[in-house]
Amino acid sequence: MRPDDRPVRIGIGGPVGSGKTALVAALCRALGAELELAVVTNDIYTDEDAEFLKRAGVLDPARITAVQTGCCPHTAIRDDISANLAAVEDLEARWKALDLVLVESGGDNLTATFSYGLVDHQVFVLDVAGGDKVPRKGGPGVTNADLLVINKTDLAPLVGADLGVMAGDAAVKRGERPVILCSLVDDPGAADVAGWVRAQLAR
Amino acid sequence: MNLLLLTDGRFPAGGHAHSGGIEAAVMAGRVTGVDTLAVFLAGRLTTAGRVAAALAAAAASGAHDLVELDAEAAARIPSPALRAASRTLGRQLLRTARSVLDAADLPDDLHHPVAMGVVCAATSGLGPADAARWAAYDAISGPASAAVRLLGLDPFRAWGVVAALMPEADAIAAGAAAGAARPLTHLPSCSAPLLDIGAEHHAASEVRLFAS
Ligand SMILES: Nc1nc2c(ncn2[C@@H]2O[C@H](COP(=O)(O)OP(=O)(O)O)[C@@H](O)[C@H]2O)c(=O)[nH]1
Ligand SMILES: [Mg+2]
Repeated sequence: MRPDDRPVRIGIGGPVGSGKTALVAALCRALGAELELAVVTNDIYTDEDAEFLKRAGVLDPARITAVQTGCCPHTAIRDDISANLAAVEDLEARWKALDLVLVESGGDNLTATFSYGLVDHQVFVLDVAGGDKVPRKGGPGVTNADLLVINKTDLAPLVGADLGVMAGDAAVKRGERPVILCSLVDDPGAADVAGWVRAQLAR
Repeated sequence: MNLLLLTDGRFPAGGHAHSGGIEAAVMAGRVTGVDTLAVFLAGRLTTAGRVAAALAAAAASGAHDLVELDAEAAARIPSPALRAASRTLGRQLLRTARSVLDAADLPDDLHHPVAMGVVCAATSGLGPADAARWAAYDAISGPASAAVRLLGLDPFRAWGVVAALMPEADAIAAGAAAGAARPLTHLPSCSAPLLDIGAEHHAASEVRLFAS
C-alpha cells in the first residue's frame, strides 16, 4: 500500500515507439487542469522524451525530470530503482501539492516491468503497428500490468492488424485486468486512460 | 560478508547508469579494444581510484570531520559534470544503505567515496581497509562492464584485464588504509586530466548511453 502522505506514482512502460511519451502528453493534457502533476522520463541515450514533453507545452518544464539509464532501461525501473526514486522524490520535495507522478520507462522489450518499490500502478503500452500477435505472446508487461493500452488503433487498417484478435488475446492473457484500445491521434486527451488514472487516485 | 554485499554489482545503488569515464574515452577513440581498455583502467585506478580509496578510508576511520572531508573530495574533482555524478552516486548509495542496512541516521548527501567510507563505518565488521578496497575496485569494475557493452568486447578478456589489476588495487587500498587517520593535508591528489576533460565533452554530447 502507498503511504497516504505522498502522490500516487504511475509507471508507463512498453516497447520503443508504442506511444508512451504521446500517452504521457495526453494525460498531462487531460488531467493537468484538475491535478498537480509531475513527470519522470527514462531515456536510453538522449533526453529526447523530456525535451519533447517540454516543447509540447503540456506541463511546466520544471515539473519534468529526465533520468539516464545507462544501456539498461529495465534495470533502472526494476532491479535498481535508486536513480528513479531520487528523481521522483526530488520532484515531490519541490512541488509539495503533487497528486500524481508519471514515470515513463525507456522503451524496452516485452519483459520490462516496473518494480512496485518505484510505482504504485503500471500501464503497459503496445501499439497496433507492432503486429496483432503481440498480445498473444504475453510476457510480464502484457499479462500483469495494471492496465494494458493497445494504442494506434487508427493504423489497424493500414497494417492489416485485427483489433478483435488483439483484444481477445489480451483478455485471455489478462483475465480480469483491464485493457483499453485507443488512438492518441484520434483522441489526444486519451479519455479512457485518463478515466482509469482518476479511478486509481480515488482508490 | 558485508563487504561482498556492498560491492555486489547488483546492489541497487545506481552505479549501472555510469561508465566511469569509459564512454567518453570510447567516443574520443582513446579506448577501442581490450589493449586500450587495460591502459585506461590502469590509469584510472592509479589516479581517481587512488584518491577515491584514500577518501573512503579516511571517511571510514571516523577520525575526520565529514564536511571537511567532503570538501576535500570536491576539491579533487575539477570537472563539474564529474562532481555532479559523484554527488548523485553518493546520495543514491546513502539512500539505498539507509533502507537496506536499516541505518536511518546515515547522512544523505556526500561525495561517492566519502559515502562509501561512511557506509562501511556504519556496517558491522567493516572499516577503512574495506572502504578502500571497495573504492579501488569500484574505480575499475564499473568502466570495465561499461566497456563490454559499448564496444562488444569479449567479456572474458575484459575481466581478465580487471583481474590483472587486483595486486595493484590491493596495494593502493593498503596504502589508503594506512593513511586513513592522518591529517587531511596528506590525502593524495593525483589527477587524470583526460578523465575530467572527457567528462565535460560527454556531458555536452547529444547522444550517450551512460549518465557519466
Ligand atoms: N498513428 C498514430 N501514431 C501515434 C499514436 N500515438 C503515438 N504515435 C506516434 O508514434 C511515434 C512514437 O510515439 P512515442 O510516444 O514517442 O513512443 P514511445 O517511444 O513509446 O515514447 C510518434 O511519432 C507518435 O507521434 C497513435 O495513436 N496513432
Ligand atoms: Mg518515449
